[in-house]
This record gives sequence, structure tokens and C-alpha cells, in this order.
Amino acid sequence: MAMLQTDALAEELAPLQTDNAVSVSGVSKNYGDVEALKNLSLDFPRGQLTSLLGPSGCGKTTLLKIIAGLLDPTEGEILVNGSPVTGPGEDRAFVFQDFALLPWASVLRNVSFGLELRGVAKSEREDIAIKYIKEVGLDGFEKSFPHELSGGMRQRVGLARALSVDADVLLMDEPFSAVDEQTRRKFQEDLLALVANENKTFIFVTHSIEEAVYVSDQIAILLPRPSRVADIIRPTGLREKDTASIRRDPEYLDIVDEIWESLKTYVE
Amino acid sequence: MKVFGVRLPGMSSLLLWGLLWEIVGRSGYSFFVPPLSEVVTTLFEIIGTAAFQKALYETAYAFCSGVFFAIVIGIPTGILMGKNRLVDELLLPWVNIFLSAPLTALVPVLMVLFGFGMKSIIITTTLFAIWIIILNARAGVMQINRSLVEMATSFGATPWSAFSKIYFWAALPEILGGVRIGIIRAVKGVIIGQLLISLVGFGALFELYSNNFLMKHFWAVLVVLFALAFTISEFLAYLERRVSYYAAKR
Repeated sequence: MAMLQTDALAEELAPLQTDNAVSVSGVSKNYGDVEALKNLSLDFPRGQLTSLLGPSGCGKTTLLKIIAGLLDPTEGEILVNGSPVTGPGEDRAFVFQDFALLPWASVLRNVSFGLELRGVAKSEREDIAIKYIKEVGLDGFEKSFPHELSGGMRQRVGLARALSVDADVLLMDEPFSAVDEQTRRKFQEDLLALVANENKTFIFVTHSIEEAVYVSDQIAILLPRPSRVADIIRPTGLREKDTASIRRDPEYLDIVDEIWESLKTYVE
Repeated sequence: MKVFGVRLPGMSSLLLWGLLWEIVGRSGYSFFVPPLSEVVTTLFEIIGTAAFQKALYETAYAFCSGVFFAIVIGIPTGILMGKNRLVDELLLPWVNIFLSAPLTALVPVLMVLFGFGMKSIIITTTLFAIWIIILNARAGVMQINRSLVEMATSFGATPWSAFSKIYFWAALPEILGGVRIGIIRAVKGVIIGQLLISLVGFGALFELYSNNFLMKHFWAVLVVLFALAFTISEFLAYLERRVSYYAAKR
């Protein structure tokens, strides 16, 4: 009975949800007998950054890859801009945890590689790539190779590649987990600027509570075995704050504590 | 290597072995081992003869064709085996059998199937080289970083562009290693082919010189052959080093 009521409620709310760039409904993913995701539903508002946060093994990367079209869900449906996902598409771009750069190609070719695969002419794609290389702060490194760059710079290349295909939705899989702490802080600040300036929807997977609270408009807490959305938290006052003072804000500190309280029983 | 603080150029040890050869040759230990200096003199004498140049041409033709087919068939087959489980299951037993099989024993069968001419020699050369090329290309593809493949997929790569822009390049260090070993095996294949199938090229020269006990000539041709094989192998090793900077970082 209670189930029916929530269903009815969901239908009533449906017209209001039109401004979701991505909408995940009833998604399950099984690997043999293992249920990685079970009946998971989640909406991602347009132009905002949503974090998927949870302990390891909670299926957050699985969910991201299903949205990207890299994995097929066992059940359920994903809508991107209202149309169902059947595979990778031009409306989404992926930023990888391990950068996934071509080690044999220069920064310029790496950044333009997404456009190359989409058949954009060489001069055109290189113009676009040069613009985004500048935007991520790698001016002058166009001809360098990935092994000549630091971890942080490599991820900037990965980010520039995802930006240059101009997708509506940016999917980021723990993008800052393989870079050092100081670089990570700089990245987080830059990401806030990116969310503010680019009219894109960001879906951001992280295992860091502080990072999630710092960068997100909406935080989805995922709990494991089988994975489900335990809570959705929307910090309200942090966006207006100066990037430097967010970490001293009482709301920031409260949310970090609150999330830790709910997660700590799941940490082995 | 350094001796008494002096840095020796690569392959200096060859001088030492050459010297040993010369001493053994001059000591008159065996009729079959003439001194190196005489071999080299003979080498320059025969290198200009029509018989030698014809042999060189015939051998080079069979060798290059054989290696060409081994590469253009071997690399795509290996990549396909690394990518596709089904193809791998189907072909891997055969590749392993042929890799270790005494291929020389197969040559008579090839003669029956393809005749006594150049065609059989080229096929023999290909059969000697191709298996290790396939196995190496396969190994190169199997160790590819999964996220490179996912990256290409997420940007909508077609199977052909994934093949030519990701798999081939990611496997290139292993592929070159396979081609290098394959080419060394092809040298064996082309000479065995020329000796067993029809006496042409260097095979014919070997046969002629050894039957007439022209040992200086025999060794001279052998030295030329070694030098050619070594040069090609070193050239490929150089190419391998050029791509090795990313071999560890895929």
C-alpha cells in the first residue's frame, strides 16, 4: 500500500523532473549471482554536479559506466535528455580514473582524439583541442607526450579531451584519486569554476566525503550489497561561498560529519 | 662494456672471435675451417659474380615475399585472437603446434601441394616466420589497458578505428619483437626451402660449394647471410627501442 502511494507520488512529480539531464530508473546490474546494483533510481539535474559517494564496492563506478553506455544494465532504463541510452553517445563524455591517454600520442592528438573518432577534420579538431588545452592550463605542452607530464597534468589532458567533444554530460570516475593532494585541491577549485562556466551536467564518482561535499550540488550516498541510494543531500549555501572559505563553512562541516556518521558502519 | 677504463663500441667481442677464427684457420687444424682473412678475400671476389647476384636476388625475393605474407597475415590474426575469445580458442592450438613443429618435415608436403618452384619456397618462409608473429601480436593485445579500450568505446570508436588506432599501437612493442624473431626464423626458412625444394639462390650456392669442397666460398656466402640477417634484426631492434618508451606505460 505504501509502495503504491509513493508510485502515485512519483507520477505526480514527474512533470517537474523535465529538467533532469540524466535520469536513472529501476536499474539493476547482476554479475552472475552477484547483484551489483538493485533497482536503483536517481535523477541528475541539468547544469549541476552530482556526486556518487559510497564505500568501495557500492557500485558507483558500475552505475557511471552504465550511464556512459559502456555496460548494459540487467534491468531498468537510463534517459539522457529524454532519450534512452543504448550505448555510448555524443551527449556524454567520460573522464577516467587512470586518465586513459594514448602513450604514443602527443597532448594535442590525445585531446583531439575524441573528435578524431567522431570523424572531425584534422585542422578543425586541432583548433578545438588547442582551445581546450589552453582552458585547462596546459598551454605550451601541445607537443609533449603523456610520459613527460605529471599525474595532475595528465588528468588535465583527460579533462580537455572530454571537454573538447562538447558533450552535455560529463562523467567523471574518481578523476582526482590518482593525483597528489595539492593538485587535487587545485583541481577541485577548477572544477567548481568549470561547473559555473560551462553549461554542462557533471556526474562525479568519488570515495572522498570532503571532496564530494566541496564540489557537489547534489550528493547521492550509495550503500553496498546490493547497491542502493541511501540518501540524497543537497548543500544549499555552499555555491555562493568563495572557494577558499567553503571548507570553514559550518554547513560544509555538518554535512561531512553527517555523511561520515551514515557511512562509517559500512567501512571494514 | 668498459675495458681498462676505455669504453668499447658495441659488438667489439666479434673482433676477438674473428681473431680466434683466423688463428684456428692458419693453424691448419681442419680443411673445413679456412682462415677468416681468406674467406673475406673470397667474399669480395664472388660478390661481383653473376652467379652470386642471381642467388642474392632469388633469395631476397623469396625472403621478402615470405616475410611480407607472414606480417600482413600474422599481425591481424594475432590481434584478432587477442580481441576475440572465440577466434582465439579456434586458432591457438594450431598456432602452438606449428610454432614448435619441425617445419622442415612439412616441406615435402608443400612440394606436393604447391610444386617445386618459388611458390613453395615463399610458403615455407612464411610458415617459419608467421607463428611467433601471431603469438606476439596476441600477447600484446591481451595486456592492453582496459580503460584505453573503454575510452575509445565511450567516444564512439568503430571496430576498425579501435583496431587501427588503439589495438595496433598498444601492441606495437610486442608486435615488433615478434616480427624480429619471425624474420630470423624466415632466414632459416628460406634457406631450407632453397635446399629442399629446388636448388636456387643461396641454397644452390651452398650445395655447389660444399659438394666441391670450396670451403672459402662456402663460408663467404654464410658470412653474407649472417650479416644480412643480423642487420635486419638490429634494425628492428632499433625500432623496438623507439617504441619502448611507452611499452611500460600502457
